[in-house]
Amino acid sequence: MSELKSTKVNWFYACEASDVPENGGVCVKHGDDQIALFNFTRRGEWYATQNMCPHRQQMAISRGMIGSQEDEPKVACPFHKKTFSLKSGACMSGDDYQLKTYPVKIEDGKIFIDVK
Amino acid sequence: MKKIKIVVIGNGMVGYKFCEKLMSKAKADQFEVVVFGEEIRPAYDRVHLSAFFDGKTAEDLSMAGVDWYLNNGIKLHLGDPVQQIDRTKKTIHSYRGITESYDYIVLATGSAAFVPSIPGVEKDGVFVYRTIEDLEMIRAYAPKARKGAVIGGGLLGLEAAKAMLDLGITDTHVIEFAPRLMPRQIDEAGSKLLQGKLEALGLTILTNTNTLEIAGDKAITKMKFANDTSIDVDMLVISAGIKPRDEVAKLCGLEVGQRGGIVVNEQMQTNDPFVFAIGECALYKGMIYGLIAPGYEMAEVVAANLTGGKKEFLGFDMSTKLKLIGVDVASFGDPFVPANEARVIVYEDTNKGIYKRVNISKDGKELLGGILIGDAEQYNMLLQTCKNKIVLPANPEDLILGSRGGESDGGAGVTGLPDDAMICSCESISKGDICQAVMDGAETVDKIKSCTKAGTGCGGCVPMVKDLMVHTMKANGKLVRNVVCEHFAYSRQELYDLTKIGKLHSYDEVLTAHGKGDGCEVCKPVVASIIASLWNDMILKKGNDTAQDSNDRYLANIQKGGTYSVVPRIPGGEITPDKLIVLGQIAKQYNLYTKITGGQRIDLFGAHVGDLPAIWKLLVDAGFESGHAYGKALRTVKSCVGSTWCRFGLHDSVSFAIEIEERYRGLRSPHKLKSAVSGCIRECAEAQSKDFGIIATEKGWNLYVCGNGGSKPQHAHLIATDLDSATLIKYLDRFLMFYIKTADPLTRTATWLNKMEGGIDYLKNVVINDSLGIADELEKEMQLLVDAYKCEWKEVVDSPELQKRFSHFVNVPTEKDPTIKFESMRDQKKVVDWK
Repeated sequence: MSELKSTKVNWFYACEASDVPENGGVCVKHGDDQIALFNFTRRGEWYATQNMCPHRQQMAISRGMIGSQEDEPKVACPFHKKTFSLKSGACMSGDDYQLKTYPVKIEDGKIFIDVK
Repeated sequence: MKKIKIVVIGNGMVGYKFCEKLMSKAKADQFEVVVFGEEIRPAYDRVHLSAFFDGKTAEDLSMAGVDWYLNNGIKLHLGDPVQQIDRTKKTIHSYRGITESYDYIVLATGSAAFVPSIPGVEKDGVFVYRTIEDLEMIRAYAPKARKGAVIGGGLLGLEAAKAMLDLGITDTHVIEFAPRLMPRQIDEAGSKLLQGKLEALGLTILTNTNTLEIAGDKAITKMKFANDTSIDVDMLVISAGIKPRDEVAKLCGLEVGQRGGIVVNEQMQTNDPFVFAIGECALYKGMIYGLIAPGYEMAEVVAANLTGGKKEFLGFDMSTKLKLIGVDVASFGDPFVPANEARVIVYEDTNKGIYKRVNISKDGKELLGGILIGDAEQYNMLLQTCKNKIVLPANPEDLILGSRGGESDGGAGVTGLPDDAMICSCESISKGDICQAVMDGAETVDKIKSCTKAGTGCGGCVPMVKDLMVHTMKANGKLVRNVVCEHFAYSRQELYDLTKIGKLHSYDEVLTAHGKGDGCEVCKPVVASIIASLWNDMILKKGNDTAQDSNDRYLANIQKGGTYSVVPRIPGGEITPDKLIVLGQIAKQYNLYTKITGGQRIDLFGAHVGDLPAIWKLLVDAGFESGHAYGKALRTVKSCVGSTWCRFGLHDSVSFAIEIEERYRGLRSPHKLKSAVSGCIRECAEAQSKDFGIIATEKGWNLYVCGNGGSKPQHAHLIATDLDSATLIKYLDRFLMFYIKTADPLTRTATWLNKMEGGIDYLKNVVINDSLGIADELEKEMQLLVDAYKCEWKEVVDSPELQKRFSHFVNVPTEKDPTIKFESMRDQKKVVDWK
């Protein structure tokens, strides 16, 4: 979870916190973009990344399992189990892929994603 | 900037590959490309031409549709061969009267079938084997023919002979001028063995046979040979080799070889630097390369040089491995080194039809080449050993025989390899690289993957990587524990017991009690499966939903594009007409692709995640339940027709299959479970390839366990005979529960047995003789699971709360994923393929 005090932020209301399963993800529609939003209850953290897995261009990251590898939070794409850091978006299974990540904040049980 | 104009003459595989490579390297608007092809179709896969007779269509074989050329701005003229090249004016003229100027020409005219000048070759019923048109003519003529012949016992000739067999001409002769089959690829002993195998399939092979005349009035009826013999034939395919298509080149004065072929240098340039030749029409250092890989390499060379790169063609390794009429045939390096220049090791098993030969340098250090027939599994490793001049082990015969030491098969194969042996051929990672990585501290498969890249391509080598890791760690005196992952320092079996003793019902409880960290995609499904195997709770219960493997989480299998498949249970493969109609109606209503599966049920593909609950409501209302195709669980119990209809049937296999399937439906296990029941020893249900299979006998049922189909087929072992139904189910309860409690994650019953100390005798003792004294407990545990069964989909259909998770967008739940695209194929939809 990160709250950037940047002047150029654009907080987009995604959904209620209760809409997202514990330790799981959902997909948020923002215009033509698809954003994967994760409720990492076990760590008390929220993360957002692009929903498209760069390996086979599938809209599926939000349906992936989340977890950690030596304390780095990660998500595994359901198609071929490529794993990505939820913090940096970097691929952790040895490929040269990168997910876009977004800051997330929670206010009064509402989830906002910075889509600047 | 003016575009550089390239005219490609010929649109076969190599001509197409050149276009593809050029397009991928070129900057936008760098080239103008015009392609002329003689055939009416755009380039297709000629290597797999014979698949045309196995039901593949011309479309299936196509390399790229006309659209591809259009989208890449390539002008494609089909059915219009170039007839003339004017090298002074730099123009070409085509058959249909098109004139184009050029900056460069790429000749990819390929080759034609070589037809020897035998009197009578023009008669009806005589064909060559080269293009789809040839095959269409052969197919049209075949129903009239009863006796067939092929001239040519090389690669293509044998392909053509197979085609004849496929077309129902079972009386087919192969006529070879040389003393043996495939004289260019394999040696005499190999040819002899291959000949035996082909004769067993019904072909008649005539070697040392020279055809003098093809006789008949209008159509062929007889072939006469030089040794004064003859055979009756009403259809003949000539496949006696190829001749390069160099007519256009010759006509415009380009240099050609004495026996054909356009002479080229290392850059594939002809004697005119503005004209290139690639593929089977090109003659490099006196050699025509009649394989596809060197053709592609030539295309690469020209495409690279035209786009500013520097590349040379330096000859090509002609090693090859193929399946000829179901027989593996491979040759690599120099297969024919004479006995006085090398040490030759030959292994021959005429019983199994296996012949292997390796040629080793006189000092015993290098592999020079070899031949494999009947079993070419070691081809890749041998080729690597040969190409990289890897130093051979002390007993080089191990290369083709495998290690025959005292150790078990499991690890011995990998540990016996030299350090230079290629383990991951996708990423070119050797055994030494992997062992070094382990010594440097990469002590998990994941770490090895990320620091060496081994196993990140096709993934086929991962089990070998794991074996190597375990071996290296053991060799360094490290204790190797078979643990689930970094979050749990326990094996699956230990975790199963801990979860049971602690009466833990959720993933988080197990992680908190026995693990560390936040879990991952490896341990989550393992623990979720253990919990389901122990308590049979609804798997989507809060807290466990997100610990399920992706398919379990949506109770459906995710498919290309992100849609799901729906597979209702059809126990024993028996279904009423009314239920069939319901499936059809649902498929129509939701526009689903339908296919009958290997497990005797019906798959409905292409469902949007948001439609799953509604589809399943209709199914549940019609009396269907989940088929658990998404789970590591019991899949199907296949059955033959059985004694109710079949005149051979001994018992009612269908009823018994239904009883078994309904008993174990939904049973979560370390891996999927498949089963079958056959009503007699004809074994139509293929029970001996299943995790557990049942075959009727005069006196009852025989029980087989731990069989497998899939990539490593394994016959099931018979563990009890002539059982009554109740005893058989008792044994099955014990067998399945013992497997569930003790197997490693994602280990099928066959692999589980292979790793089990004591093997099948031990297993038999546990299941039949209750040697561990746990039979009662196993049966009770299974009965609990059977009693607790509920259809997961019915529970979802009845629960608005559970249904909430089935939508693509959390903030627009009714909207479907707009990126999912379908196209049509054979009157159904298919998902647009990924890149």
